[in-house]
Amino acid sequence: MNTATLTKRPAWRMERYAPALLLAAALAIYIAIALGLGLTRFLTPEAAVSILNRSIALGITAVGQTFAILVGSIDLSVAHLISASAVVSSAIMNGDPAMMVPAVLAVLLMGAVVGTLNGLMITKLEVNPLIATLGMALIIQGCLASFHGRFGGSVPDAFQYFAYGEVIGLPVSLIVLVLLVLAAWAVLRFTRFGSNIYSVGGNRDTARAAGIKTTRVVMASHIICSLCASLAGLYLASRLKSGSPWIGTEGAYDLESIAVVVIGGTILSGGKGGIWGTVAGVIIFSLIDSIFNLAGVDAFAKQVMRGIIIVAAVAFYAVRSKRIVA
Amino acid sequence: MIQETVGSAKAPGATNSGRLPKINPVFFVLAALLVAITLSNPNFVEPTGYMNFLKRAAPLAILAAGQIYVIVSGGFDLSVGSVITLTVVGSSMLLNNNADATWWVIPVMYAVGLAVGVVNALVVSYLRVPSLIATLGMMITLNGAAFMWSSGSPRGYLPDTFRFFGRVNIQGIPLIQFLPVALLVLVVVGLCLFWLMHRTNLGRLLHAIGDNPRAAQMSGVPLERVRIIAFVVSSLSAVTAGILLGGFAGVSTDVGVGYELQAITACVIGGAQLLGGRGSVPASIAGALTLTAIFTLLNFIGLPKPVRDVVQGVILIVAVVLATYRRNRAGRT
Repeated sequence: MNTATLTKRPAWRMERYAPALLLAAALAIYIAIALGLGLTRFLTPEAAVSILNRSIALGITAVGQTFAILVGSIDLSVAHLISASAVVSSAIMNGDPAMMVPAVLAVLLMGAVVGTLNGLMITKLEVNPLIATLGMALIIQGCLASFHGRFGGSVPDAFQYFAYGEVIGLPVSLIVLVLLVLAAWAVLRFTRFGSNIYSVGGNRDTARAAGIKTTRVVMASHIICSLCASLAGLYLASRLKSGSPWIGTEGAYDLESIAVVVIGGTILSGGKGGIWGTVAGVIIFSLIDSIFNLAGVDAFAKQVMRGIIIVAAVAFYAVRSKRIVA
Repeated sequence: MIQETVGSAKAPGATNSGRLPKINPVFFVLAALLVAITLSNPNFVEPTGYMNFLKRAAPLAILAAGQIYVIVSGGFDLSVGSVITLTVVGSSMLLNNNADATWWVIPVMYAVGLAVGVVNALVVSYLRVPSLIATLGMMITLNGAAFMWSSGSPRGYLPDTFRFFGRVNIQGIPLIQFLPVALLVLVVVGLCLFWLMHRTNLGRLLHAIGDNPRAAQMSGVPLERVRIIAFVVSSLSAVTAGILLGGFAGVSTDVGVGYELQAITACVIGGAQLLGGRGSVPASIAGALTLTAIFTLLNFIGLPKPVRDVVQGVILIVAVVLATYRRNRAGRT
């Protein structure tokens, strides 16, 4: 086994740059189409910012999902948690700027609770993460739908600064996302917790044998994932002025965030990948959308091609691996 | 990847010999639920009561019986819901309100299902894309295709010749008065899939590649071929479920939404092990009936739809916790 991995080194190295290659390809196609159609106004820095700005919510969610997948787990409850966060925050604020801080704290607390429950189910009850978080998603959805009639309200104008405010020409939300990405990178790269995530994701039994408290690592990763989803929900509430219980599921943030992480080269079984791949994945997704918009592709054809592109992008680096997948 | 090393390698009957037969708890749960339904609604023991229940459960049961093939082989098939949608929408487009076209439209739909299954399996086997992503991509693509085909608003209706399978009851049968064709389809499909999974070599190969793909490959199991069969069975069962559902309900682009998760839930309730190596067709069908029974019961009690979601979520988790508990007690390393 050991010698095999050693001899395979060069192949793995190439795979490390696969997300970057995909990103470059998407960028090249975008530029080519923009030039070909003579739409040079889509090639300015402002256009780049607006492309990035379109996928803030997906980006925030995907950062969290990266932690869940890296540790060898997965989180399907993020979409419903996003809806719940958006609805709860706008219900608590109800147009009153004084309630902003309590609302944000309440939503983050909710995220932490959901993450803890997910983590407990996966570690203590040994439920398959797919099932645990899927069950959690159904539970959140049910709670949200049964209480929805009583939830109303909207966020105060001051809170919309999160989505629409600008600092030195850059959107506040984009800055938040960049800071979040940098923090995630620092945690994964420089802290003991970060390297524990990789060990636990690589092989949970070995990690436990090496003295890592695997339960805590998995729990913490799930809490981070849920907190990110809550933050995405807050952002969407801020952007749309009020939360609706369909925000998360309409954006398909659960499956899209997983697709983005996987396109970024993080493998589904955990232990390999990183935050920069996810960033590349998010940008690839928003570039694809922009390319379709530029080329004027029909909305349904767009969906068909999206499905094919997700599979093709994952196949692009997976096809060389010798692992048997199922 | 979780690998089961002890227990699953034995033949299904081996553990039972000399002791009381080990019965899957899902059957007790199902029986208890049926009793509870009868208590809350005495009409349920009338043929109209239980026959309609079975008729309503048939598509999900067929879907679960197909899904278990993929689950046992270690994968997931998330594309079944979109195959159902494509079957219903595609049939209505091809039929174009022409009742005589049914005889060739149904084979065409099965051909589409066959193609979807083969593509899923090839993408997983040769492009090495995890089945979760591969079938997710297929789901998005097929939903888009159904929208494209019908330009977003499916027109027309399905003629009665097509709706025969989902809708018609065969009248005048002694003892049970009438027999829905859907139930007949479920019995036939269920028996075929049961035989294929539990009485042939293929079933053993499926368990082998789900349990430990590396070991199976080294002992000469044709991994790709077995996997193609698993995904094709799942897709074809989805087409069957789509034909039945087309008979119940009208044409819309969201008939299949959510069915993939319900099918997986049904398999899990039936004691299937995710990531492969363990599962049975009758238990999955019982799981599907259990899920439908729970929904029926909640309906009788008068609980609204949101509560159904919560209950489904809780049941899903509890089923897996119990299965894990049973396995651990049975002495897993």
